[in-house]
Parts: sequence; structure tokens; C-alpha cells
Amino acid sequence: MHWLKQIQDSNFAFLSQPHPHEAGKPVLRLEGVTVVYESGTALDNLSFVLRQGERLAVLGPNGAGKSTLFKVIAGVLRPSRGLVEIAGYEPGRHICIAYVPQRSQVDWNFPLRVTDVVMMGRVGRIGFFRFPTDRDKEIVHRALKTVRLEPYANRQIGQLSGGQQQRMFIARALAQEAELMLMDEPLTGLDMNAQQELFDILDTLREQGVTVMIALHDMKTAAERFDRVMLLNQRLIGLGKAEEVLTPDKLLLAYSGHLQLLTTSGRTIAVSDTCCDEGEHDHF
Amino acid sequence: MTIFDVIVQPLQYAFMQRGIAAAILVGVVCAVLGTYVVLRGMAFFGDALAHAILPGVAIGYLIGGGAREPLFWWALLTGILSAIGIGTISRSKRIKEDTAIGIIFAGMFALGIALISSVRSYTVDLAHFLFGDVLGVRASDLILTAIFGALIMIIVFLLYKEFMVISFDPILAATLRLPVRLLDYLLMILISIAIVVSLQTVGVALMVAMLVTPAATASLLTRRLSTMMVLASMFAALSGVIGLYLSYYLNLASGAAIVLTCTAFFVLAWSITGLLRQKTR
Repeated sequence: MHWLKQIQDSNFAFLSQPHPHEAGKPVLRLEGVTVVYESGTALDNLSFVLRQGERLAVLGPNGAGKSTLFKVIAGVLRPSRGLVEIAGYEPGRHICIAYVPQRSQVDWNFPLRVTDVVMMGRVGRIGFFRFPTDRDKEIVHRALKTVRLEPYANRQIGQLSGGQQQRMFIARALAQEAELMLMDEPLTGLDMNAQQELFDILDTLREQGVTVMIALHDMKTAAERFDRVMLLNQRLIGLGKAEEVLTPDKLLLAYSGHLQLLTTSGRTIAVSDTCCDEGEHDHF
Repeated sequence: MTIFDVIVQPLQYAFMQRGIAAAILVGVVCAVLGTYVVLRGMAFFGDALAHAILPGVAIGYLIGGGAREPLFWWALLTGILSAIGIGTISRSKRIKEDTAIGIIFAGMFALGIALISSVRSYTVDLAHFLFGDVLGVRASDLILTAIFGALIMIIVFLLYKEFMVISFDPILAATLRLPVRLLDYLLMILISIAIVVSLQTVGVALMVAMLVTPAATASLLTRRLSTMMVLASMFAALSGVIGLYLSYYLNLASGAAIVLTCTAFFVLAWSITGLLRQKTR
């Protein structure tokens, strides 16, 4: 329960209607966002804009502040300084932002079926003291169909494979009618087939205009599968096309201490000394 | 004596009838909330809360001179205050959560014992508070238990999906803009009310078993939250009845007999599911 301390009080936002979306405003805009924990600065003066339907890879070493960035955007952590805007309004009033947790942070023994978890995405729209209607059930059904998990709807969540677990959370985001989806290292532990399936589904999401930010470690995937790449190490080191951002000097800046670059006969080899699963998530 | 006699004979006593009704009511309420206690890993919190109620009971006891009503209301007040207090302390970053709970819980418990011990004939009454006295339940106690039990069940029913979300994924709850903190406190307050109404059945010391054991037994047998609540309630109610019969025929302390029956069900479920698992492997 200790990391719950970080969740900001919703200030009775649940009593009021969610904000409308202002046409013409970018899906996401950050302006000078800074987050300072007791242990030090996690994000330093971040500013950027995302367009609707864009797929952005967020790269950076462990402790670069990727999880912190996601929590600020999701509106569950208030930045120490700076401004976050989702479609023109502060994130705390939106229910269209979906956060897909890392698989290691989920209690997979929880007595829930796949369809129960996907229905959770509807809870904000169903409202207090009410129960799911046929329409909610239909939306859940469609979401499961989109991620091709229909046959597994009644399985206990722990019985799914890693790729299926990720797809279940995407279905939950769909049921939530999310317009901005934040995924924290969804590729960790997935084989090539499962990764391919995940990107197929992300392609369908793009057609529906869903904007997706994904934290990951694999630079090759980031370069091949994403519209733009963000290089983060507390401050924004680069944001743009992969070939502009993943340059030796910027990578060295981002990964200094974690990474060594060797250039031999025109080819660049990156040598990393950190592992992907631990470290960064101390703040959770 | 036939089996029919074995079952019916104790029921001729009104105290036995009331005891069984109380044990079933309390068992069901504790089991439903216990499902959340088990899934959220709050067993230590539940134990602490039960013990922290003792000073309230003691004040009611000193003020009322042994009367039941002040005892109940003082316990309820202390229970709710303790739930809020422990909830607040566990959010503070200065000390680890379980350490903070440990300090408060032992301190409050000691205060309760100190207060009760100021009365000369305290040992008998203290034993009742610690271990329960379900056969001493009166009709008026039963009505209070039923009212508060029904209140708890209605709230859990109405907020079923919200409690499920904050227990499984608090970040999702926050992005859905649910009042996570408010719901957390509400759940803790409901648990403390359940503890107060169960006080007379199993007492402070064994309370955690009523919250944890039936729910844990059910968790071995099902993969659905609603089914888990129903199964846990069944185990708890059954344990209450069987425990009271054991207590009647073997002349055992009633609270201990109920808890032991709960434990027996758990061991049984643990062994059977363990054996089945080995077979399928």
C-alpha cells in the first residue's frame, strides 16, 4: 500500500462532469514540467506536444523518470512545477487517459476473470451505485474482440500468457474509451510473435485515433515501429524521428554511465551494463 | 441419542438460539469484508484494529458499570477513530507502515488492559472482551448486530465495483477519477464496524481469524471475487454453527471453538487443493 501515498487526492473531481475536449488543441501538451521527490529531481523542465493518433516511444536508462512522466500525464501525480494539458484541459478532470501497468506490478492471483478486468475500464462511466448495462457489456465484448481475447473472456487473469495479459489491458483501455494510452514497458518478456500481435492491435488503435506512449528499452523496435522517439534522462534529450534522435552523441548524453558506444568501420555498437527490470520503479 | 437429538437438543435453550444467530450474522459480515482484507494483504491491519478497540471498550465498561449499550457505542467510536488514525499513519513516510501499526496497536491494547485492570474484579470481564462470550448475547445485542451488519452489506453491494477497482489497481482507480482515498477510508471504517459487532462473538484476540480465515479458505477454491465472498460467508456461517455445537458438547470456550472450526476448514481446503494440484501436474 505504500506507493499509494503518491496518488494525489482527486479533490472530489468525481462529483463533477469530466471536461469536454477543446477542438484543435493537441492531445497532450507539457510545458516546463518538473517533478522533485524527496530523493531528488525526477523530471527536469520537460516541454513537448503530441498529435492525435501518434505513437511515441519513450527511451531512457533506468531511473530516467519514464514512470514518473506517465503518472504526471495520467494525472495521478501532480508536478512540482509546470503545466500538463490533455486536449486543452488539466489531466485530473479527464477519464480518457489509460495507464497500462508493467506486468510485474499486477497481482495475477486476484480472483478476477479477463472480462471482469476489462469491465473495470467502464467503472468511471457507469458511475456510483449503478451496475453495468447491456451497453457496457457490449462495449466490453467488442473490446475483447478487437484484441482477440474473446475465447479467454472467462479465464482467470493469471492463466493468460504475457502477450495476452498486455492485450487484456489494451482491451480495458478500449472499454475506458481512452484517447491517450500510456504503456509501461509492455514488451518486456514477450517473444517476437507476441510483440507482432501487440503492434497489429496498436495499428488498429491508431486507425481509431488513439494516441499511444510506450516506455521501452529496445532501440531497434523504437526506431522501426514508432512515429517518433523520445530520449529522456530527467530532462528531454531528444524528440523526433528515430534517425535524428538515436545519434551517438545524444545516446551518450542519455545513457552516460550506463552505456558505452564503440564505433568500428562505420558500425556503431552499444554496450549497456544495466538490466531492464529493476531500479527505475523505486518510486512506485 | 440420534443425530436429530444431537442437533435439536441444544436449541431448546434460548441462549443457544441467540448464539447461533449471532455467530452466523457475524460470520457472514466478517467473511465478506475479510475478502478485501485477504486480497489487499491487510491481515495485520485487521488484527491491529481489533486490539486498538480495547480502550474504547474499557471506557464504556468503566462508565456504564457493566451495562452493554455504552460498551457498544464506545467501541464503535474507538473503532472508527482507530481506522482513520491507522490509515493516516500508514500514509506518512517517516516510519514504515507495519512498524507504525505495531506501535499504535500495542499501545492502545495496553491502555485498554490498564483501564480495565483498575477495576478489582477485572479478570472475568477482561476474558470476555479478549475471547468473546457468544452465549451471553442478548436480544438487543442481536438487533444491533443485524442493523449494522445489514448496513455493511448494503454499502459493499452498492460500491462493489469501486472497491474491486481500488483493491486490484489503485492507479486505474485514480485515472478513472474515483475518490481513492475516501473509498480506502470507507473500507477501513466498514472493517472496524464489523469488528465491533463481532466483539461479543469471538473477542478482540481472535478477531483476525474471522476476517482472514474463511476468506482465505474461499480464495483457494474460486477464481471469482463474488464467488469468493459467497463461499467465505458459507464457511464462516458453518464454522459458527459447528463451533457452537462443539462448544456445547465438549464444554469449550465458544470463540475458540468457532475459530478452530474455521481453521479446520482452511486446512482441509489447503490439503485437498494441494493434492489435486499435484495430480494434475
